[in-house]
Amino acid sequence: MAVVDQPAPSAEAPVENVLTASGLTGETLTLRVLKGVPGGEQAEVAYQVPVVSGMVILDAVHYVQHNLDTDLACRWNCKAAKCGSCSAEVNGHPVLMCKTRVDDLPAGPVTVHPLKSFPLIKDLVTDVSRNYEVNRQIPPFTAAPDDGTPWRIPQQDIDRLYEFRKCIECFLCQDVCHILRSHDYSDRFYGPRFFVRVASLEMHPKDVLDRRDQTRDQGGLGYCNITKCCTEVCPEHIHITDNAIIPLKERVADVHWDPVRFVGRKLFGRNGD
Amino acid sequence: MSTQVTKVSPASLASAPHSGPGPIERILNSLPWWALPATVVTVLGLFGLYSVWTAFLTGGINQSGSYLSPFYSPTIWKTGPVSPALWVLGSPLLFRATCYYYRKAYYRSFFWDPPSCAVGELRHRKYRGETAFPLFLNNLHRFLFYLVLIVTGFLWYDVYLAFWAPNGHVQLGLGTGIMLVNVILLSGYTFGCHSWRHLVGGGLDCYSRSQLGQARYRAWRWVTVLNQRHPVWAWCSMFSVVIADVYIHLLRAGILIDPHIIF
Ligand code: SF4
Ligand code: SF4
Ligand code: FES
Ligand code: FES
Repeated sequence: MAVVDQPAPSAEAPVENVLTASGLTGETLTLRVLKGVPGGEQAEVAYQVPVVSGMVILDAVHYVQHNLDTDLACRWNCKAAKCGSCSAEVNGHPVLMCKTRVDDLPAGPVTVHPLKSFPLIKDLVTDVSRNYEVNRQIPPFTAAPDDGTPWRIPQQDIDRLYEFRKCIECFLCQDVCHILRSHDYSDRFYGPRFFVRVASLEMHPKDVLDRRDQTRDQGGLGYCNITKCCTEVCPEHIHITDNAIIPLKERVADVHWDPVRFVGRKLFGRNGD
Repeated sequence: MSTQVTKVSPASLASAPHSGPGPIERILNSLPWWALPATVVTVLGLFGLYSVWTAFLTGGINQSGSYLSPFYSPTIWKTGPVSPALWVLGSPLLFRATCYYYRKAYYRSFFWDPPSCAVGELRHRKYRGETAFPLFLNNLHRFLFYLVLIVTGFLWYDVYLAFWAPNGHVQLGLGTGIMLVNVILLSGYTFGCHSWRHLVGGGLDCYSRSQLGQARYRAWRWVTVLNQRHPVWAWCSMFSVVIADVYIHLLRAGILIDPHIIF
C-alpha cells in the first residue's frame, strides 16, 4: 500500500492548536492514517504529531485535522468512551480512538485505519447503518398484556441485565467478528452486538416473547464459533461470549438438541425450565 | 444565598496517573499473533499423544498400591483384548472436545477460524461454523457433562481409597496429595461448565417466581465464579491428570518410591 508524506499545511488551515503547550513531552508521533473514498484508491498518509502527556489517538487525529490536514474525516462525539462513535483500527486492533493512549502503544509509527467490516464513507468514517437494520429485525421488549404496572422486580431477576445495558454501540465487536469480517456473512448473521441485545431481552423477567428460533435461523447463532474476539475488543468489558452468546446457544440447545427436555415438554407441557 | 465557586488550579487539570498495561500484558501484546495458536497446538497435540500412549501402549492398568491413574478410573473391565482405559476415556475426552473453552482453543489454533483476532483467515472456503455436521454435535455438550459427573464421582472415590494403605491403615503420601489436587482441579473445571451454569439457573428468566428460584439463583452465582476462570481450570486440570498419571507410572516402574506416613 502506498504511503505518502504529510501534505504541507494549507494556507486556509486554522492556526489554532488544540493542544496546550504545557503538556508537550518533546516527542513526535508518526501517525499513518488510511485516507480514501469509496471507489478511489486508499493510501496511508503519514503525519508528524507532537506528543502531549496523556494523549489519546483521537487527540492526535484532531491535531492533524486542525493543523495539518483539514480534509481528514473522522467521526467522534464525546471523547469519553461513551458515545461509541470514534471506533477505528489502531495498529490493526479495533479500538475506540478516544480510549487508546499513545503511551500504551509500542514505540514507532502508529497506523489508524477505518473499520474494515463496514463500507467506507471517507477516510476514517464508515457506514454502520447495516447494524440498525439488524436491530430492527429483533422483536422489541414485550410484556404480557395483563402484566399491569408498576412493576416490582427483585434485584436477582435483573442482575444479569446490567452488563448488557452498558453497550455503547461502538460496533467494534461487529468489526472484529471473523464471520462478518472475513466471511462477509452480514446477510445471515446478526453479529455479537445483537446477540447481546437478544440475550438481554430473552433473560428479561418481564419479557414474554421467544426469540430462540429466530436467533438460530435468521440470526445465524450457529455460525458463531465462540472464539471470543468480540469479548476481547469490547470497550465496555461486556462478556459477550460467556454471558450472552453461550447462554443463547444453551437456550437454543434446550429446544433443538435436548431430547430429554423435548419429552418433558411433551409430557408436562413445560418450557423446559 | 451564597454562590459557591470551584477553583480550578493547573494541578487539578494534570492528567491522572496512568500505569498502562502491566509487564505481563506488555509481553503478551508484543508476541506475534501466531504465538498463542502455536502453543495451543503443541500442548494439545502432546496431550493427545500422551493419552494414546498411556491408555493403549503401556500394558495393563496404571495402578500402584492404592493409587489408580485417572486415565483408568473407573476400572470397568480389568481384562480383555483392549486397554481398560478405552471404556472410560471417551467421555472425559469428548467432554473436553465439546467444551466451549476448548472449542475456542481448537477453532483458533487448529482450524485457524480465526487464528487470532482481526487477522485475515488463510483459507476462504465456505464457512459453516457450528451449523452443520459434525461441528453441530458440539450442542450435545450437556450430555457429556452428565457422563463426566459419574466419572468425577469415581475419581473422588479413588482419592478416598488413596488414603488407605494396602494394609488397611490410613496413609498420607505424596501420591494421595497429587490425586487430591487433581480431583479438586477436575471438579473445578467440571462444575464451571457453561452447560451446567445454564442448567442450574442460567436458563431461568425469573428466579423470584420459579420453583427453587432462590436456590438456583445462588447456585448459578457459585457456578459463575468457577466459570469465570474456566480456561484456567481447563489447563490446570489437564496438566494435573498427566502429572498424576506420570507419577503412578514412575511408582509402578519402581523408579520412584512414594514418600508417605502411615497412621
Ligand atoms: S465469539 Fe462468535 S460472535 Fe464473537 S467474534 Fe467470535 S465468532 Fe464472532
Ligand atoms: S457489545 Fe461492546 S463492542 Fe459490541 S457494540 Fe456494544 S460496547 Fe461495542
Ligand atoms: S468519541 Fe465517543 S466513544 Fe470515542
Ligand atoms: S463448557 Fe467447558 S466443560 Fe462445559
